[in-house]
Amino acid sequence: MSTKRQKKKLGTEHLQRVIDLCKSVEGKGLDPFVVDVDDIIHIVREYFPEWESPEELCLDAEAVHELASLIKLQSDWVKHRSTSLYTDPFLLEEKIRKMNKIELANLFLKIWHPIIELEQISPNSLLEAIKYWHNLIPLDERWLKTTTPEVETGTATREELYEQRILAEKAFSIELETFWTELKQRVGKEGKIRYWDFVGADTYEETINRAYMTSFLITYGYATLEVHRLEEEMFIKPYEKQVSILGKNQLVSIPVSVSVDEWTKWKKGEQN
Amino acid sequence: MEKRRTKLKKKAVYARKLKRATHLLFYRRHKKPGVKGWELRKRLGSDYPKVLGILDSYLENLDLQVKTVFEEESTVEKPTLEQLDRARFYIVLRGGLTPKESKMMGWRIDDIAGLVTAIAYITSKKGKAPREEVEKLLRDKLPGWRVDINMNRYIKSGYLAEDENKQLYLDWRTRAEIDQKLLVDLLLGIESGKITS
Repeated sequence: MSTKRQKKKLGTEHLQRVIDLCKSVEGKGLDPFVVDVDDIIHIVREYFPEWESPEELCLDAEAVHELASLIKLQSDWVKHRSTSLYTDPFLLEEKIRKMNKIELANLFLKIWHPIIELEQISPNSLLEAIKYWHNLIPLDERWLKTTTPEVETGTATREELYEQRILAEKAFSIELETFWTELKQRVGKEGKIRYWDFVGADTYEETINRAYMTSFLITYGYATLEVHRLEEEMFIKPYEKQVSILGKNQLVSIPVSVSVDEWTKWKKGEQN
Repeated sequence: MEKRRTKLKKKAVYARKLKRATHLLFYRRHKKPGVKGWELRKRLGSDYPKVLGILDSYLENLDLQVKTVFEEESTVEKPTLEQLDRARFYIVLRGGLTPKESKMMGWRIDDIAGLVTAIAYITSKKGKAPREEVEKLLRDKLPGWRVDINMNRYIKSGYLAEDENKQLYLDWRTRAEIDQKLLVDLLLGIESGKITS
C-alpha cells in the first residue's frame, strides 16, 4: 500500500517537473528540441494507471497539454528554418558586430519603404469647428459656482418638518396597518375590490400615494392581487392576517401603470 | 455605339472608385495609418482588389506602391478574399531612399543603425527576442543611456512591440515598411564595407 502511495507521489513530482520544463521552454524562447519528447511520453504513460482522483487526472491532462504545445513549438521551429527568413542568430549577430553605423544605416535605407500618409483638415471640419467655438460657453461661465443665499440660523417646528416631508407624520408601519384596515373595510362580500376603486382619489398626487402604499401591502403579505387578463381587470384581496409569502412561491412583479391618463379615465367613469 | 457608351460608363465608375481609394489610402483616418480590406470593400465594392491594382500601376510612375500586409504570414501567393479583407493596405515608397534623403526621417544615424540591428536580430530569432538580449547587442555600439531611450522610441513608433515578459516582437510598422527577406539577404550576402549607397 505504501509502495503505491510512494509511486503516486513520485509520479506527481515527475509530471509537475514536465509541466514546468515545457512552460519554461515556451516562456523563455529556448530551443524546443532540447526536450526529449519520447522520454516525457514514457513518463506520462508509466504513471497513468496510478491516477484515480480528479486532481491527479487533471495534472496528467495538463502535462499532456503542455507536451502538445511543445510539439507545436518544434513544428513552428522546423517551418521557420525551412523559410528564407531563417538565419543563424549567431552568424547574424557576428555580421552586425562587424558593420559600422554608416553601413547599418545604408542597409536600412535599402530595405525601408516608408508609409506615405497625410493629415489634412478640410474646409468642412473647419466650419464645424468654428461653429462649435462660437457655441462654447467661456470657462468662467461654465465653472461658475452656484452661490446659495446666506440664511440666519433658527429653529423649525415639527409641523414645518412634516410640511417639508423631512419627518413622516406617522411611522410607516402604523400608516401601512391603517391602510390595511381601510382596505378590509372597503371590500364587499366578495372580499375583493377593484384596484382603481381602492387606489383612485380626488387628486392625482393622492392616487400616487395610495398606489405606493398598496404596493407595500401586497409585498409585505397584507393583501394580494387578482388579475383577470382577458377582462383586463385587477382586484385587491386583503388577508385577514399578514401572510409570509417569502420562500413559499416564486414572487412575481406586476407593473401597474398609474398615469394621469389612467387616473382621468377612472375619474370620468366614477362621475358617470 | 451602345458598346462604346457602356465602356465609357465603366471607365467613369472606375475613375470615381480610384479617387475614393486614393482618399482612403493617403489620408489618415484611424490612429494607425492604412486601411483594412473590409473597409475598402465597404467603400469601393467587392472589386476593390482590381481598383487597388489600377491605383498601384498609376503610382508606379511616382515611385509609390500599394502595399498589402497580411494578418499572419508575411507574403501570400494567391490570397483569398477573406485574407484580403483581414489584410491592411498602405501606400509606401516603392524604391529605396538615398542617404541624403534619409534626413527627412528626422532620425540620427545612430538611431537608424540601432533600429536595423534590433529588427535583424528579432527576425533571426523567429520574430521574438528578450529585450535584454537586444539591448546588450545595441550597447556594443551605442552608449548605454541612449539604448533604453532608443528602444522606447522604436516601440512608440510602431516598429517594435514589447509584452509583459519583456519579450520584443516586430510590430505593424516593420511589417508594413521593412523588407525583412531583403534585410537578411543583404546582411548575409555582403561582406563588411560593401554596403554603400
